[in-house]
Amino acid sequence: MATYDFVFDGLGLRNWCGSSSDGGGGMTSMADLLAKTSGQDAATSPWETPFPSMDELHRACPGFPQSRELTTGLEEGFMSIKDGLKVVVDPLTQPLSWALNEALWVMQAIPWFVMIPLLMLVAWAVGRSLKLVGLVALCFGFLAFVDYYDYTMQTLAIIFVCALICVMFGVPIGIAMSRSDRLQRGMIPVLDMLQTLPPFVYLIPLIFLFSVTEPKLYGIAIILYAIVPVIRLTDLGIRLVDPDVTEAADAFGMTKSQKLFNVEIPLALPNIMAGVNQTIMMSLAMVVIASLVSAPGLGVLVLRGIRSLELGVGLLSGLGIVLLAIILDRVTKAALARINVSQSR
Amino acid sequence: MTDTEIKISIRNLYKIFGDNPQPALQMIKEGMGKTELLEEHNHVLGLNDINVDVPAGKTTVIMGLSGSGKSTLIRHLNRLIEPTAGEVWVDGENILEYNDKQLRHLRQHKMSMVFQKFALLPHRTVLQNAGLAPSIEGQSEHKYADEARKWLDRVGLYGQGDQYPHQLSGGMQQRVGIARALTSNSDIMLMDEAFSALDPLIRTDMQDLLNELQAELQKTIVFITHDLDEALKLADHLVILKDGFVVQQGEPQNILLNPADPYIEDFVSDINRARVLRVRSVMTKTTEPSGEYAGEIDHNDNLESVIGLSEGNTALSYRVLKDGQQVGVLNMRKLVRALVPSEQSDDPESARRSG
Repeated sequence: MATYDFVFDGLGLRNWCGSSSDGGGGMTSMADLLAKTSGQDAATSPWETPFPSMDELHRACPGFPQSRELTTGLEEGFMSIKDGLKVVVDPLTQPLSWALNEALWVMQAIPWFVMIPLLMLVAWAVGRSLKLVGLVALCFGFLAFVDYYDYTMQTLAIIFVCALICVMFGVPIGIAMSRSDRLQRGMIPVLDMLQTLPPFVYLIPLIFLFSVTEPKLYGIAIILYAIVPVIRLTDLGIRLVDPDVTEAADAFGMTKSQKLFNVEIPLALPNIMAGVNQTIMMSLAMVVIASLVSAPGLGVLVLRGIRSLELGVGLLSGLGIVLLAIILDRVTKAALARINVSQSR
Repeated sequence: MTDTEIKISIRNLYKIFGDNPQPALQMIKEGMGKTELLEEHNHVLGLNDINVDVPAGKTTVIMGLSGSGKSTLIRHLNRLIEPTAGEVWVDGENILEYNDKQLRHLRQHKMSMVFQKFALLPHRTVLQNAGLAPSIEGQSEHKYADEARKWLDRVGLYGQGDQYPHQLSGGMQQRVGIARALTSNSDIMLMDEAFSALDPLIRTDMQDLLNELQAELQKTIVFITHDLDEALKLADHLVILKDGFVVQQGEPQNILLNPADPYIEDFVSDINRARVLRVRSVMTKTTEPSGEYAGEIDHNDNLESVIGLSEGNTALSYRVLKDGQQVGVLNMRKLVRALVPSEQSDDPESARRSG
């Protein structure tokens, strides 16, 4: 006897259920087995009344699906659209694979004595601060000194490509959202979901969709995870542009695109740059997790630390990621600070 | 006002804010009031049957308290706000029939605007801000720099072109705003409470600057303000708005001497009439030289200067000249009477208010 027999009896659905629950259509769940072994089915106190879950209802009525069937159903559903999806998504995302491969190749092909000064130069161009350049030199020097140079460059290459693509897509999406309240209402739940979904969860459907050796697999996962802040802050930044200034732009006869490029984007730039900073930080976080699906870089070392309990490797590569994060954060923040100085009101 | 060319002409302009303005417009035309419309239909009556002619080359001041619709009205002149009904004619063309391209041309070449909160682009230098209009047309900075610098110098910002707006004080920022409007080389300047955000001394400076520029350039200026002193100082033509309709319009002297309703009487009761009224508005018009004159005064002198001249002696009379020709006679007694509001009417209420 199952607890919820009365539901189906009461509703007159017993026939739909097929054979009566006592008919014993095979052991279907662990609970069934446990009940069988303990053999004290009859004396359940009201305190132990189970929640009318799918499994519990199944016990009363074999026609009712088990929760297991829900997950397998989802899986089968995904599998059935997988091929169709792949035909569309595969060619679309192929450039991402190329870009990642090229970037990885370039970053590693350039010798260290060119690469490190180049990165210092970039830091100078962005931040105009000698302290920052020193920090960059020190961090990369240290990472190279402990023989993590190649791993660092791989991580950096992945972040450059993914952050760039995030900005390329995120800024236009953010602008579109700032233009249309309806789009904003539609996008916000999607962005919330992307941001709160545990990063590992992205990987699961992607593994089914692409082969694990393809760079775009982790590329897509990183981009989906990291694109959110740049979209949000572009939307916010454009919406926060002083309406008096946009009115002045209108009053002097600017076209819509002139207004966008000469007024709205420049005035929203501090917010957009804050979004870019966040995006870079989040892609760094994701690149570590993505090493589970063959993303090269410092994450691989962290993973090795966990898998084979190499404490030293794990800690040192963790430190390397922290240093990389500090550099990327400081450099983007220096850029942000320069914009703020030129237009603080 | 003498016959002058009309630059902008507003005809039967209505603006109703709300989701469904057309039926509301019908109700207004059938005589519904502003409060009724808001309470029963949740629509706000912004402008109600506005008819104003803006003379070319003169300063027209639109005055009203906050909520009277003056900022809404000025934004109809370059269609930053679209009207619910009505026409706006500029140089003989109804701008409400303009398409986007024509409208942009109008805004770039015919009308420029100065804003209450300056609305400068914070990421551009003062020079680049002043050259906004030519830069919108696609001119490069070195091409428009001379013109922009000329106007920056003219408004008193010598050598400040490389600063950013946030490095300037409020008064200086508004000078940039004026230079920006002048650089566009348009005939019409719309000024939306341009000096209201400035402190009183700077405001007086800016009013003087504007009067000076106007004497030199003769632009068609539409100036919005809530300050009667400012209005009287700048206006050649004064329009008084209340709750979205025009209460009275005309020459400021005339409005001062003949207020059309108690609302305007209230408005004008507090101002220094001796400084605002001119000899021409209170003199007796005559070309005959008769009697004895204590001296000669210009028809555009204000009464304050005449009182100073007479040293308070009310027994005197003055000959009033215009371009060297006598146009009238001013008796000091008449002058003193003009200083008391509404002296023509025997209304004790208004006499008390003026006291």
